Amino acid sequence: MLSDLSGWAIAVVAVLGALSVAAGVAVFVVDSMARATFALLASFLAVAGVLLVLDLVYLAVVTALMMTMEMAIMAVFMIMFMMNPAGLMPMTMVHNAKGSAVVGAGAFVVLTVGIWTIDWPTRNPERPADSTRQLGEAIMGSHMLVMLVIGIALFATILAGTVLATARGRYDRFGAGLTAKRPDDPVPGGLRR
Amino acid sequence: MTAEVVLQIVLTIAAGLIGVGLYGALSQQTIVMVMMGLELVLNGVLLAGGAAWYFLAPELPDAQMLVVVALVVMAVEMAMGFAVTVAFYRARQLDMIDMASDLRG
Repeated sequence: MLSDLSGWAIAVVAVLGALSVAAGVAVFVVDSMARATFALLASFLAVAGVLLVLDLVYLAVVTALMMTMEMAIMAVFMIMFMMNPAGLMPMTMVHNAKGSAVVGAGAFVVLTVGIWTIDWPTRNPERPADSTRQLGEAIMGSHMLVMLVIGIALFATILAGTVLATARGRYDRFGAGLTAKRPDDPVPGGLRR
Repeated sequence: MTAEVVLQIVLTIAAGLIGVGLYGALSQQTIVMVMMGLELVLNGVLLAGGAAWYFLAPELPDAQMLVVVALVVMAVEMAMGFAVTVAFYRARQLDMIDMASDLRG
């Protein structure tokens, strides 16, 4: 069955795909952390472009918007935590690079062999008029359980993230059983119980 | 070009992203860079999910739901990763996973 993508669309998919992989490689090659973050953003935007060509308009826009925000936040964290944020000197911070390269290349080879040897189904599928509507109806209907689980997982993430990032909680101040008479503060004068 | 070949090309690109991400997640020493490797792996999953929907089963929403789940996993990984990095840094002034190898389960 011939693809219903036009020649132009296939070319765009190939170029964006190559760009996404190249940007992904650049993440681990460039010296500057800010550059690595923006290389990762370029990789995400290229994938969002491919999704756009594949008629997944909503998911493409969500990917692009979410990843732009995420990488903007990530750039701040990178500059906070890395010793070489501006890339003023060469830097490689890797361990077991050879073994990791073998695992990465091995995974790629295994997947690629599978992709090119599997007999993919060839049929003429019926396309929905609007992929976003299809997704929306699935979320509010047949696949609602997935969204419920996702909602709980995100809520748990908010709680866990806050607990981990909070400097000192009541258990630090009053002990594991909350039994201390006076809070154990580095500087006295904190709130009483 | 047949639809099968286009699907195979897109999936090969996704496999490339997964391979590069795996290399990064295993080889990098900084916690934040390990997270970037994991994000690249999930980026490949996004692409493969989108291709599976378009070429294999566009009449069903399942592959789209898979992409949504992959996006949520990315957000959760990012939030928890940064929370752990901040907690680590506060407790021990470290940002490298090699210095936290005593946490090995």
